[in-house]
Amino acid sequence: MIVAEPKPIKELLEMVQDFNKILVIGCKGCVTVCNVGGLKEVGILASTLKIARKKDGREIEVGEHVLERQCDPEYIDEVKDIIDDYDAVISLACGVGPQFLSERYPSARIFPGVNTKFMGGAVEHGVWSERCAGCGQCVIHYFGGLCPIARCSKSLMNGPCGGSSHGKCEISDDVDCIWDIIVRKMMAQGRLDELVKFRPPKSWTTARDGGPRKMVREELVI
Amino acid sequence: MNNVSRLKKVLENGEFAVTAECGPPRGADPESVVKKAKLLKNNVDSVNVTDNQTAIVRMSSLAACALIQGMGLDSVLQMVVRDRNRIALQSDILGASALGIRNLLCLSGDHQSFGNQGQAKGVFDLDSIQFVRVAKNMRDEKVILGGDPLSSPPDMFIGATANPFADPIQFRAVRLAKKIEAGADFIQTQCIYNLDRFETWLNMLRERGLTEKTFILGGVTPLKSPGMAKYMNNKVAGIDVPEELIKRMEGVPKDKQRKEGINICVETILRLKEMPGVKGVHIMAIEWEEAVGEIVERSGLLPRPSFD
Repeated sequence: MIVAEPKPIKELLEMVQDFNKILVIGCKGCVTVCNVGGLKEVGILASTLKIARKKDGREIEVGEHVLERQCDPEYIDEVKDIIDDYDAVISLACGVGPQFLSERYPSARIFPGVNTKFMGGAVEHGVWSERCAGCGQCVIHYFGGLCPIARCSKSLMNGPCGGSSHGKCEISDDVDCIWDIIVRKMMAQGRLDELVKFRPPKSWTTARDGGPRKMVREELVI
Repeated sequence: MNNVSRLKKVLENGEFAVTAECGPPRGADPESVVKKAKLLKNNVDSVNVTDNQTAIVRMSSLAACALIQGMGLDSVLQMVVRDRNRIALQSDILGASALGIRNLLCLSGDHQSFGNQGQAKGVFDLDSIQFVRVAKNMRDEKVILGGDPLSSPPDMFIGATANPFADPIQFRAVRLAKKIEAGADFIQTQCIYNLDRFETWLNMLRERGLTEKTFILGGVTPLKSPGMAKYMNNKVAGIDVPEELIKRMEGVPKDKQRKEGINICVETILRLKEMPGVKGVHIMAIEWEEAVGEIVERSGLLPRPSFD
């Protein structure tokens, strides 16, 4: 899933300081799963904003709404009758949501309520970890089913570098060296010889480096 | 310009090679490069110029190499893949060759989060092994990545690094084999303090016949103090300073500690000279180029071979 974190309340208050009617829109997709933009978080943010502004002597009205998904025009349409009632919108979806809202409602003022972090998952309660860089050409099967593009600090295809120490990355003891894990897994599977093979430079054309990406699947186009 | 690599000549002649590191200044002054190079002249075969090491902004290694070449010294251009994509890397190889630089050391580079530009975007378009292969193909096949021909190929003796002390040790020889296969003519290693582990690594290379396929130069760094020994052991990834060396540094008075560091360095080099498969030494005297002359002399490595 797409993992996000809440923006600090101070930053959000500054963003919307000139507005007095705010609509907070959540999303039932990834951000609900990672506890940052679902029904509960929409309610908490709405209350927090109201309390903070009341304390400031500038009371505001905050509306709450949660969409099935914010990355789908069909659901974005759902707020068409209420959005004009507000001066500003805070979207608690990943970076896709506020953009879909911005595109659908050109006159609305849309603000991002979260920082979108990465594609990954929860490795333990309250801890999420990156797994995919969305490079557009998956190669993990060469590396024991683990991705060095997303998980090596230097995206090495022929790692590990000289900074790998006791299973940790040179940048921090909090970061596992994925190459250490890859090598050990391949050894355990008796497949170390596969890592001897030189992996040529990757084409980044399918990644962000190829320009903004778009995918067309003809069989699905109506 | 029709230079040839002095380092290559020394190694191919079967001489025990000596290279030393020169860190460019955190400024635009050519004088500091010239001053360091003067300290190294006639003491070493070639001078490695580091490429924004530890991700701290310094004078470009290409420019500093050109200054050093201009003084009649051979230089090793260090290039990391952290700061340049494949376009810039290949372009700089051509430029370096045009300036008469004849040795290239391909590295990944310390991660950008280490230095004084922690907010930088890391490039890492190629990795260091891919970079070695690209350089080799430019030189031998006269093509750039993708196959377009070069009007004139670069003339480069191509090197790579190895860290005998990084993990996982079981894979270190395999990875070096990949570097050699990719085209590494010579290898310069991370600083050696733990000679036992270095020999374990070297044995792994010998078993694979790798010491016959490339020239291995053992890296050494003279210690200045027990504090530096501890720092390198604890804080620098992939450096292993045995406890006995730390104790030895602690055991001498403060004013004798640098001398003791040089003693340890010389003893290490004398051991390296005896190890089959080690073809030279790479001295990384960090901001202490003055020490190199004494280290080389006391290691019985002077005078350096002459080819005139």
